[in-house]
Amino acid sequence: MNIIYLLLALSVLVALIFFIAFIFSVKKGQYDDVYTPSVRMLFDDELVKPKSDKSNSTKNKKSN
Amino acid sequence: MSSCFHCGEECKEEHLVFQEKDFCCHGCRTVFDILNESDLTYYYDLQEKPGISPAASEGKFDFLDNPEIAEKLLEFNENNTQIVNFLVPSMHCSSCIWVLENLGKLNNGVKSAQVDFPKKTVRISFSSEKISLKELVYLLSRIGYEPYISLKDYDEKDHKINRSLIYKLGVAGFAFGNVMFLSFPEYFEVKEFWLDQFKYLFRWLMFAFSLPVVFYSGSDYFISAFKGLRAKILNIDVPIALGIAVLFIRSTTEILLDLGTGFFDSLTGLVFFLLLGKFFQQKTYSYLSFERDYKSYFPMAVTRLTKNSSKETIEEQVQVYKIKSGDRILIRNGELIPIDAVLMKGEANIDYSFVTGEAQAVRKESGETLYAGGRQQGGILEIEAIKAIDQSYLTKLWSNEVFKKEKKGHFQSLINQISKRFTAGVLSIAFIATLFWLVYDPSKALNVFTAVLIIACPCAIALATPFTLGNLLRIFGRNKFYLKEAGVIEQIAKIDCLVFDKTGTITSNNKTEIFYEGLKLNAEEESLLSSSLRASGHPLSRQLYEILDKNNIQSLDEFNEHTGKGISAGSNGSKMKIGSETFVKENLTETKELNKTTVHISSNEEYKGCYVFKNSYREGLADLFKELGENKQLFILSGDNNGEKERLENMLPLNTKFYFNQKPDDKLNFIKKLQQEGKSVMMIGDGLNDAGALAQSNVGIAVSENINVFSPACDGILEASNLTRLNKYFQLSEKGIKIIKWSFALSLCYNVIGLAFAVTGNLMPVIAAILMPLSSISIVSFTTLATNLAGKKLKPGLAET
Repeated sequence: MNIIYLLLALSVLVALIFFIAFIFSVKKGQYDDVYTPSVRMLFDDELVKPKSDKSNSTKNKKSN
Repeated sequence: MSSCFHCGEECKEEHLVFQEKDFCCHGCRTVFDILNESDLTYYYDLQEKPGISPAASEGKFDFLDNPEIAEKLLEFNENNTQIVNFLVPSMHCSSCIWVLENLGKLNNGVKSAQVDFPKKTVRISFSSEKISLKELVYLLSRIGYEPYISLKDYDEKDHKINRSLIYKLGVAGFAFGNVMFLSFPEYFEVKEFWLDQFKYLFRWLMFAFSLPVVFYSGSDYFISAFKGLRAKILNIDVPIALGIAVLFIRSTTEILLDLGTGFFDSLTGLVFFLLLGKFFQQKTYSYLSFERDYKSYFPMAVTRLTKNSSKETIEEQVQVYKIKSGDRILIRNGELIPIDAVLMKGEANIDYSFVTGEAQAVRKESGETLYAGGRQQGGILEIEAIKAIDQSYLTKLWSNEVFKKEKKGHFQSLINQISKRFTAGVLSIAFIATLFWLVYDPSKALNVFTAVLIIACPCAIALATPFTLGNLLRIFGRNKFYLKEAGVIEQIAKIDCLVFDKTGTITSNNKTEIFYEGLKLNAEEESLLSSSLRASGHPLSRQLYEILDKNNIQSLDEFNEHTGKGISAGSNGSKMKIGSETFVKENLTETKELNKTTVHISSNEEYKGCYVFKNSYREGLADLFKELGENKQLFILSGDNNGEKERLENMLPLNTKFYFNQKPDDKLNFIKKLQQEGKSVMMIGDGLNDAGALAQSNVGIAVSENINVFSPACDGILEASNLTRLNKYFQLSEKGIKIIKWSFALSLCYNVIGLAFAVTGNLMPVIAAILMPLSSISIVSFTTLATNLAGKKLKPGLAET
């Protein structure tokens, strides 16, 4: 039954990892704008219409 | 009539067809052309007619060539990487986001661009070797996204975002989850070998998790309670802080002395729910700013004329703060006059709508004083500054102390009133119960004392207000009434005095009624009139031309525009004079009606009559005033003369009082006087001249035709078309307060049940752990349901508009 020490340590560790990830994401400003990314996400799969065959327009440097 | 492929406006005068698409103007066509060439036409697939017709901005941003000013705007500047953050008010849909983020396709100097849509900003990283800041701004302007650069950008750079609440909430949530998990085995008090074995470890782990909750997440409550006590106020945070402290101390002693598990689950849960309420209440409309002063309106730089060593006049771009009295300044079409000055050269046609809300432009002659805040419409002006910027007539208003103090103090009065009685009640119950047990069974006395304080912790009460007001704030927002913070709703419910500004608030700026008074014009005269108005650039001519019949436009044989007077025109032998009364009636000695905006007409030296321009009042205004007048005092303060007094008196209920010729200071003092009489005043205004009154009043509401255009500092922004629904907002606010009171009653019931357990000394951790979240959740659902139900009443009004 001493395995419970390991399980406990692991569960707290996993919780801590998520907690740190949360703090990190807040600090990076990911929660400052919660609207734009939801729209931007939809752009990524769309291709610019390659009407004319300009070589520079084919590379797709979309939002990051 | 076809609508523009780019912006969706109707194609009127300038109908262009390009690539089988309709465009309303050259600007829109050009934007399409630019996007088309760079293969960015996906812009039009994303959203139909998403564009904005670009405004002419020739020379407007030349000051960005000045390296000192450019440096101030840049957030980051090293070698060939520059980062700048622009406010782009015209951003409005997903197409805008897409095209702005693909700015790099239009110019390879742009490395990346990221849009923050709620804030309407775009952060552009570019290389100054390939594109200068000025070129970048012009690039944005060319595709219709002109950035808004004002004096404010010069003053403040980095404003830190306060994210502490979200951290605190995160910590509390994290601890709450883990503590619940760890305390579960002991809820059922099963005697079991392994449970007994591990319970000490579990308890100390819970203790460890609760430490950051008490000392970090809950710290605000201790600070606020301490501040309250020092100011001799028993605010709601006092019982909360007491509850948290007692929970923590009692739980720690329990595990230290091996008496039980303690209440760590309730403790962390309590803090978590409380912070959740705070977080919910904190909804902000980040793209609206409620803190603006004149700096947001004023330009960063102006063109100064100086003489160099060889006595030649040169133009230079100077930061506005550096303008001294005596400096010569050049003002172009559409530019704002940043400083009180004397007109030296040029035809001034000043639009003071920023300052007074009055839309009609004013003509000024050389030698007259121009006040800061006016916008030139027409040609180039040369002016000489007579004061420094912060001493101008308009900007002086901001040195008034009203703008320095925060309004906060008044808020949350309802909850504080209740908490005063509540705290006193709880403390007396705790002492009485303890006394009783001291006599009856002293071993239980301490237990009961702490149990009462724990159970009475007004979690549910503290949640009722933020959730009710926070939800109302969102309902108001959906109905185009944007409040600065939830506390304002409580203030609105208490208003008994309403002060309206006239121009721009109860009148509509973009609608002018034009009446004709005088002899009827015959067909020939009418055609001559519209033909000559067509050729004139004066704003009144444009407005009049819009409403006239445009069928028989004829070529003019003679056309003369006399500055500040009018037009004389002739065709086919007949002559016509259009303009001011003195100009048209040649032998006139004095003008009678100074208070009206009129255009007079004479044909072949014979006086015909005049067109009278009147501001049109918003529809439904009379009804609104009647409804409001039932239980509130109404005032109208106008910066204008009393020309409209009679009309207003006829239209509005009798108990409305009118004051005319009110200067910005007068308005502020008027509000102050009302407040000294014990009134709770709401000011409703629009222009910068109302800014003082808006700040002084208990609730200052700015009315705005377009909420993306800036309004002065205020507590709330109301979209103009919804002004007539003001009474509905009042009713909803009052209902909100009622809902809060009901939820107080509901949470008191929970407290009574809990107290029954506490006083009898039977409070088990599991009961506290059930009761506390149960009461919180039921209160939250009650307030949410009740406010949504009350908010439904606003909806039909929405359909009407």
